[in-house]
Amino acid sequence: MKKWGWKIATVILLLYTVIAGFLWEVPRLHIVNESIRALYFHVPMWFGMVALFSASALFGIRYLREGQKHLDLYSASFAHAGMLLGTLGMVTGMIWAHYTWGTFWHWDPKQTGAAISYLVYLAYFVLRMSLDNGEQRARLAAVYNIFAFASMIPLIFIIPRLTDSMHPGSGGNPGFNMYDLDSRMRLVFYPASAGWILLGFWLAQQRIRLKNAEEQLLEHEYEQQ
Amino acid sequence: MNWLAIVKKEFTLELRKKSVIASLGLYLFSIVFILYLSFGQASMGPVAWTAFFWVALLFTAVSTIAKSFIGERKGVFVYYYYTVPAGDFIIGKLVYNALLSSVMGLVGYCLFILFLGDAIQDHVIFLSALVLASVGFAASLTLISSLAAKTNNGSVLMAVLSFPLVVSILLIAVKLTKNCVDGLGWSASSDELLILGAINSLVTALSYLLFPYIWRS
Repeated sequence: MKKWGWKIATVILLLYTVIAGFLWEVPRLHIVNESIRALYFHVPMWFGMVALFSASALFGIRYLREGQKHLDLYSASFAHAGMLLGTLGMVTGMIWAHYTWGTFWHWDPKQTGAAISYLVYLAYFVLRMSLDNGEQRARLAAVYNIFAFASMIPLIFIIPRLTDSMHPGSGGNPGFNMYDLDSRMRLVFYPASAGWILLGFWLAQQRIRLKNAEEQLLEHEYEQQ
Repeated sequence: MNWLAIVKKEFTLELRKKSVIASLGLYLFSIVFILYLSFGQASMGPVAWTAFFWVALLFTAVSTIAKSFIGERKGVFVYYYYTVPAGDFIIGKLVYNALLSSVMGLVGYCLFILFLGDAIQDHVIFLSALVLASVGFAASLTLISSLAAKTNNGSVLMAVLSFPLVVSILLIAVKLTKNCVDGLGWSASSDELLILGAINSLVTALSYLLFPYIWRS
């Protein structure tokens, strides 16, 4: 029960997010109107991405310090799941931007920063692909992962806040924060955040298990020969 | 003072061979000359000037710094590994690359003035931005070049790994250049210069901390 309790919680939280997120009443605001519901999807997905990339960088550091092989697998899997949530977050953000800004892609500083850090993480996967499986790949990938994480933080959280940006919460633009968020929306927003973050870790766990199974299969075949 | 020895050795080698400096100089010159020929007599606007200047500088910096690890023979590294601590080695390389790319930046600026005219009004701010950005290029590209040198397709991977990391420095540098073109003065640019300095120190610190792990293999 304890082992899959958090998975049941994920399913319930996300079902609740989808149902309540689309059906419950939301405040009527100019321009945003119904598109305010993106708050239940776009923002929590980015929370999930940041959480997973943080975990990935953390396991990268741990790999460099401790040198155990499974830590590298964890780090890579968290990065994969983070990438998926980042893609989903970007797509939902683009749909939102289409209705409120008028274009899917606006070259807003926040979007530019997100696009660049997306490229950085793509480069991380390219680096992993171009090295042979082994200790060296794990070490170099961990180093680049830490570098990527360190460059993501200013690109997404610092530079957009310093420049003029239409993205809520940037450039003195009043956006969503803990104090002005409608209390009805909070009832959905917090469970949604937890749900999307948990989903990311669940996906990462599936990838870890898959890779472990593949490895065991290989070992098994090797023994039979 | 081990890192000073590395810097000194790099300079001695460079001055003895001269091939790298000569080829990089020619590289920059060709870029500027192609720009000059393609624009002809029509004068280049300040926006195009800024864009071309930084693109030219970025490519020169990438090919300058890629040399510092990708070109070297394996035996040399084994020798360094046993004689110099990793921290000193990376600091030496960083200082040398920072100096070299700053010089390349200044030479590039002179060539741009010569062929394409001078779009800048605030020279002091622009030169400090130029030096800071060059140091930033050196700081982020040195570690990447040591990473890329470990793989099979080093030079391609160098571009793939480095461009996204350098873009943030480049964006700030372009913004600073725009301020200098408009002659907005220190008050408009001091924030950006500070951010550039902060990014540089962050990247340098990361390189110093992470290099020993790359070094080991």
